[in-house]
Amino acid sequence: MSLLEVNNLKVNFKTYGGTVDAVRGVSFNVNHGETVAIVGESGSGKSVTVQAIMGLIAHPAGNVQGGSIRFKGKELLKLNKKQMREIKGKQMSMIFQDSMTSLNPTMQVGKQISEGLIYHQNVSKREAKVRAIEMLKEVGIPNADKRYEQYPHEFSGGMRQRVMIAIALACNPDLLIADEPTTALDVTIQAQVLELLQDIQEKKDTSIILITHDLGVVAEGADKVIVMYGGMMVEKCSVHELFSNPNHPYTWGLLESIPNVYHEKKERLKPIEGSPPDLFSPPKGCPFAPRCKYAMNICMEEVPDLYDIAEGHSSRCFLNDELAPKIAEFSDAEELV
Amino acid sequence: MYIIRRVLTMLLTVWVIATLTFILMKLIPGDPFSTEEGALPEEALENLYAKYGLDDPLPIQYLTYMKNLLTFDLGISMEGSGRSVNDIIASGLGASATLGLLTLLIALVFGVTLGIIAALYHNSIFDYTAMVIATVGISVPNFILAPLLMKFLAVDLQVFPVANWGTWQHAVLPSIALASGPLAIIARFVRSSMLDVINQDYMKTADAKGLPTYRILFLHGIRNAILPVVSFIGPLFVSLITGTLVIERIFSVPGIGRYFVDSIFNRDYTVIMGTTIFYSVILVVVLFLIDVSYRFIDPRITLTSKGGS
Ligand SMILES: Nc1ncnc2c1ncn2[C@@H]1O[C@H](COP(=O)(O)OP(=O)(O)O)[C@@H](O)[C@H]1O
Ligand code: SF4
Ligand SMILES: [Mg+2]
Repeated sequence: MSLLEVNNLKVNFKTYGGTVDAVRGVSFNVNHGETVAIVGESGSGKSVTVQAIMGLIAHPAGNVQGGSIRFKGKELLKLNKKQMREIKGKQMSMIFQDSMTSLNPTMQVGKQISEGLIYHQNVSKREAKVRAIEMLKEVGIPNADKRYEQYPHEFSGGMRQRVMIAIALACNPDLLIADEPTTALDVTIQAQVLELLQDIQEKKDTSIILITHDLGVVAEGADKVIVMYGGMMVEKCSVHELFSNPNHPYTWGLLESIPNVYHEKKERLKPIEGSPPDLFSPPKGCPFAPRCKYAMNICMEEVPDLYDIAEGHSSRCFLNDELAPKIAEFSDAEELV
Repeated sequence: MYIIRRVLTMLLTVWVIATLTFILMKLIPGDPFSTEEGALPEEALENLYAKYGLDDPLPIQYLTYMKNLLTFDLGISMEGSGRSVNDIIASGLGASATLGLLTLLIALVFGVTLGIIAALYHNSIFDYTAMVIATVGISVPNFILAPLLMKFLAVDLQVFPVANWGTWQHAVLPSIALASGPLAIIARFVRSSMLDVINQDYMKTADAKGLPTYRILFLHGIRNAILPVVSFIGPLFVSLITGTLVIERIFSVPGIGRYFVDSIFNRDYTVIMGTTIFYSVILVVVLFLIDVSYRFIDPRITLTSKGGS
């Protein structure tokens, strides 16, 4: 049994402009100790997917419409608020993109760590403080005793994100969800924070869902990848498969737009032309069709199913149909990264 | 450093107010002893002028007043009772302070509660009701609300006394009349502030920690939503002070406000000056305390940085 099994998850939001189908059928598993990366342009439904897993979709505007989320075999969508609180922050926790806005500006950072401990582990305030200071040390914050009493604005961006990580790890969760944890940081700090996450994972055998824009990060740290586009999962495979045998034209586009760090001369990036679909009225067929070089007639009419490409590798593209024309192999992307 | 600069600014402010009041006061036609019929004989008038120093040239009068002010001597009322202004202020202070603080309390407690309920039940019947109350509170002036309260709660239902002072019941109606405006403003302010806070990322973080709803709401939500209200207490205090002037009169509350209004009608120069200076001192001190307390309530603000909000 996997730690987390997400099946055909659907989430929509009712807004003044109409209904947004933010997530339209996403399925994946996360095994113990595994890192699953979710990649895709902004607006593709990555955050909404993980927020649904954490039970953070705010009613009444947001609705988890269907599917199932099983965590340690338990169906989360059937839990009430109180039961869900036993899981959130304790067995499963989350790091958000912007550490500045994600920390309470008027509460000492130490208290923001210890409050979860006090609530979930039933420890005294004093004991929680000791443990919170340990956590601060563990995530590499110097002067932890003093830092405990400081406020978020007194920390640098990288240090704040370390605090977020300390909060998330305080109760020793089985699953850590990191939603673009380094997007807001400088490149050098990004590397440090990612390294910290990897260290912790190795030490504690935590499973991680990592949302990122950076395929370089995926190559280094993830086991599996989910590529999302327009609220759909368009490709799912192992990291090795992603770079050696990418199947979906959108994935090809993503791979082509990787900045090539190993080449001295600046090569021009090739961002995918066009813009993501309007989720108020998504295209009838394949969500990528308006931007796809290989789009066929059927692509405008029908949403492709997931085609099995190899063991644990599936892709939502009609090119895999027996009847579709064969496209020359996408050049091996492994050398790019 | 900051404190010294602030105290100097406060002294300067009070001095400017005192000077302006002096000038404006002398610009009002008439003086304490001129009556419409000109009833007093010439000689008596001259005696009175001499007694109160009103026969001196204006600059001398001003300097004398300022010199006395330095020793906290606000002079003698010119209205004939012979009471010192210090004495008048002291006798009215109890009633005025009670009324003012009670009003502040009502405005804050009910304003904040109403605003938060409106935000939590955004776009529901609670929200609409609260905002209708708030709009009415803002648009109905307290001197209109006062007689309405008297009629319904005092005359018709007889739950509170119509006017006068003495028991706590006497303080209720004038406090409500005074509090309605500030209460409404606070309610609207807290509502929008709370709506803003609810959508902040740190509320999601708190939710993701699996904390119980009350903890998320109070510690992370309401606390941050009402912080800016502190910056509101300053202007609120100003409107309270001007409000008491009218309300104390309507409800016959023996406070400083009543003396102040009377003193203007009587051209009681020393009382006008004395009460104005007293009010301005209270005001600058309150504003100062608010600034300082802001530092303790909101860790992002330091005293060395300019401005509070
Ligand atoms: N609270 C919300 N209300 C309405 N629409 C939302 C809300 N949250 C997300 N969406 C919409 O859902 C879509 C997916 O958003 P998101 O999951 O944040 O994208 P990503 O994380 O991949 O950048 C976007 O079109 C966004 O506008
Ligand atoms: S299904 Fe058609 S439009 Fe969609 S990615 Fe494949 S080829 Fe392109
Ligand atoms: Mg996102």
